[in-house]
Amino acid sequence: MTQLSDKTSRTRDFARTAPPLPPRQFARWFWRQLTSMRTALLLLLLLALGAIPGSFIPQTKVDPAAVIRFGRDHQTLTPIFDRLGLFSVFSSPWFSAVYLLLMVSLIGCIVPRSFVYFRALRARPPKAPARFDRLPASTSYETDESPDEVLERAGAMLRRRRWRVDVDTPDADAPETDAVGVVRAEKGFLREAGNLTFHIAAVIVLIAVAMGSLWGYKGSVIVVEGEGFSNTLTQYDDFSAGGLFDPGELTPFSLQLDRFDARFQIGGPQEGQPLEFDAQGTYVPQPGADSQPFDIQVNHPLDIGDSTVFLVGQGYAPVVTVRDGQGEVVFSGPVPFLPEDASYTSTGVIKAPDASPEELGFEGFFLPTAVMDGNIPRSAHPAAANPALALFVYTGDLGLGSGLPQSVFALDKDGLTQVQTADGKPLRLLLQPGQTAKIPGGAGSISFDGVRQFARFEIGHSPGKLLALGAAVLGIAGLLASLFIRPRRAWVRTRRRDGRTLVEVARLDRVSGADLGADVDQLTAELRQQRPEPPPTAAESRKG
Amino acid sequence: MDTQQWATLSNNMVAAATVIFGLACIAYLVEWSSSRRVAVAAPVAAEATASASAEAKATAEGTEVARSAQGSATAVKVAATGGGGDDTQARRDETAERFGRIGLGLTVLAWLCLLVGVVSRGLAAERVPWGNMYEFATAGLLVVTTIYLGLVRFTNARWLGGVVTGFAVCMLGLAFLAYVPAGPLVPALNSYWLFLHVSAAAIAGGAFTIGAAASIFYLVKSRAERETPEDERDGYLWRLPSSAAIDQLAYRVHAFAFPIWTFAALIAGPIWAEHAWGRYWGWDPKEVWAFITWVVYAGYLHARATAGWRGKAAAIIALIGFATFLFDFIGVNLLASGHHTYSGL
Repeated sequence: MTQLSDKTSRTRDFARTAPPLPPRQFARWFWRQLTSMRTALLLLLLLALGAIPGSFIPQTKVDPAAVIRFGRDHQTLTPIFDRLGLFSVFSSPWFSAVYLLLMVSLIGCIVPRSFVYFRALRARPPKAPARFDRLPASTSYETDESPDEVLERAGAMLRRRRWRVDVDTPDADAPETDAVGVVRAEKGFLREAGNLTFHIAAVIVLIAVAMGSLWGYKGSVIVVEGEGFSNTLTQYDDFSAGGLFDPGELTPFSLQLDRFDARFQIGGPQEGQPLEFDAQGTYVPQPGADSQPFDIQVNHPLDIGDSTVFLVGQGYAPVVTVRDGQGEVVFSGPVPFLPEDASYTSTGVIKAPDASPEELGFEGFFLPTAVMDGNIPRSAHPAAANPALALFVYTGDLGLGSGLPQSVFALDKDGLTQVQTADGKPLRLLLQPGQTAKIPGGAGSISFDGVRQFARFEIGHSPGKLLALGAAVLGIAGLLASLFIRPRRAWVRTRRRDGRTLVEVARLDRVSGADLGADVDQLTAELRQQRPEPPPTAAESRKG
Repeated sequence: MDTQQWATLSNNMVAAATVIFGLACIAYLVEWSSSRRVAVAAPVAAEATASASAEAKATAEGTEVARSAQGSATAVKVAATGGGGDDTQARRDETAERFGRIGLGLTVLAWLCLLVGVVSRGLAAERVPWGNMYEFATAGLLVVTTIYLGLVRFTNARWLGGVVTGFAVCMLGLAFLAYVPAGPLVPALNSYWLFLHVSAAAIAGGAFTIGAAASIFYLVKSRAERETPEDERDGYLWRLPSSAAIDQLAYRVHAFAFPIWTFAALIAGPIWAEHAWGRYWGWDPKEVWAFITWVVYAGYLHARATAGWRGKAAAIIALIGFATFLFDFIGVNLLASGHHTYSGL
């Protein structure tokens, strides 16, 4: 009593001065909270909630151009969003915090439960409750068989049905009325095993994904028909890699694109819809190896060593020859133009820094099937049926000498002057294959020699990919077990009463839903039916 | 028949299915409203001390009429087909039963039309008929109706009909807004993963729909069970199974759907994304919402095993999960841009 009041007053003191819990206790309390199901559930819902902005606000990793556009359109919101990490939600500190906490909570839940599970595997099936009539389903009958016979048969029957069975035989020394025998049986252990497997698999998937983002890389490159690519950092148009990626580990392959086929729907309601893209050529898996043919299509990537080459885009590269004022060829070759719409109206630039007296730049459109819309040319179909090149011309300084990196798809117009017609309008050249246009003022000429196609390949390696897949499949197997396997318990108890044997049968599930009554009836019926024929009399069956 | 004829057949059949679903829904609503003052049917006969009252609020119409009539209503027990009691009630009971059967019959007919519509759409396009938003909606509703009819066949689940057919009418109406003529697929969709990934998503989505319908009934019924006095329990709601049985049904349907959704969204989807786009997970809006749906339904399964979350809270989480699924299917196609731009909109 004294002790109790002592404790109470101390608690009050704690409350008044509010000192922290002793670190150990606090840690314990915190750990309990974190690994509780309630917290896991809240964290799950928080994770779902946290993912939502990632689908509405453009994400740097998904579409960097959209992020830049967003920044232009929303001057006030952008700095706030940026600080909150809303342009990279899935790697932001707060999102990471939620899933790391979830992972810790998960592990904190799995580990102790695994120990409990393995102890339960070794433990005997649970003892029979004292009163079966309190259980959801039970029944009883009397028989002339001996308890031993009933117990043995019940045990065998349940074992045949693959229950874990343990038999408490009646105490031989006890008076007959007190000698109680019980068959304890349990089934459905795979449920918890499945449950644990599923959660462990979830952790493995997260680890595998993390591996992929730490050691993986991906990059994309445009390759024009007739040209090649070798897998080194400098050849990529864009490239991103995980923090632990070593550029020296790039698979040293090279490839040559010989032919690119694009087929589009002609006529019908889906006019112009792409039907097939097919890139063919040869590749050399590593220096010195034999070259092999490849045929890469959408959905049919090519594996070379660790790396995989995917076909993710395509377009046209008009072949042009630019001559300068002296008639010298200052540029010649295909120039990829990037498709802007479903009809492959494509934009691009041509740069001729070696032209003299002044450098030349061209900016404009490539139209695979050009039609005139009033005075404005546009493309009516994505196939190159009537290709045309519409270009504006610039002279001056392209700014390539400054040493600053420059996009090959844009002109830096700071040092450039747009060439104009005699009546002071911007000069627009409209060329069809085989045509040449002179630039006024003796600045030179440009010829549109023909059209080639280009393929945009994405090349990447994500280590842990197969681990993630394997874990996900394992996770589903575990999930199925945990959802559809029922942990079941059954008891068959015998007592002697008035020279006969009273047999009680009961079932109990830890998960609701089964028709326990029917189960008990079936067990009992089988137990009685399986009585060996001809039914032995009470006297015959008694052994002792 | 050539592809054009198949396409026409498909369009006619889907249109017919929409109309018949509408009629089925009306029949179910009549069953619903006409059973208001009817004493309770056999399965819940124990609760059948009855007069129309609070739960009538849950029914579609005419609450006032029900109220004014309730004074004279007497406590009567009637067997399922309505023997005993006074003639009016027996007749009402028969009427309700008849309209319930009409609703079911019409639903079967609508299901047949939709089946022919979906199959002939496949024959018209010469591929599996779930390559765009319109096709996914029709194929998904075929799954919903198939699961519903299966539940009616193997358990007593006709009562879900009003909600299921009503949903079908709304979704088919929306599907017509996203209609595109039958045709070939873009190269990215041209893969056998279209069959695996999208059919798994449709099956899971169909089951989520049934699960959501059951969860709504669970919320309404469990509230009524808490708040309606024993002697006022009359009407359609009390012909339904107990809230515990409804909860069990909802759980089973969700437990069926969740692993399939896991396969569709987290296994088949990433594998296909790998093949087509060169990465298995890229937080594309469709992927984000598929993930959100998965997480919310995972939350539902956990909530059912968490004290204080069982029952009402779990059912609400299931409904939120269904809302995220619908958003993934409709909202993402309309609002967000990304790789999954196959809706045809």
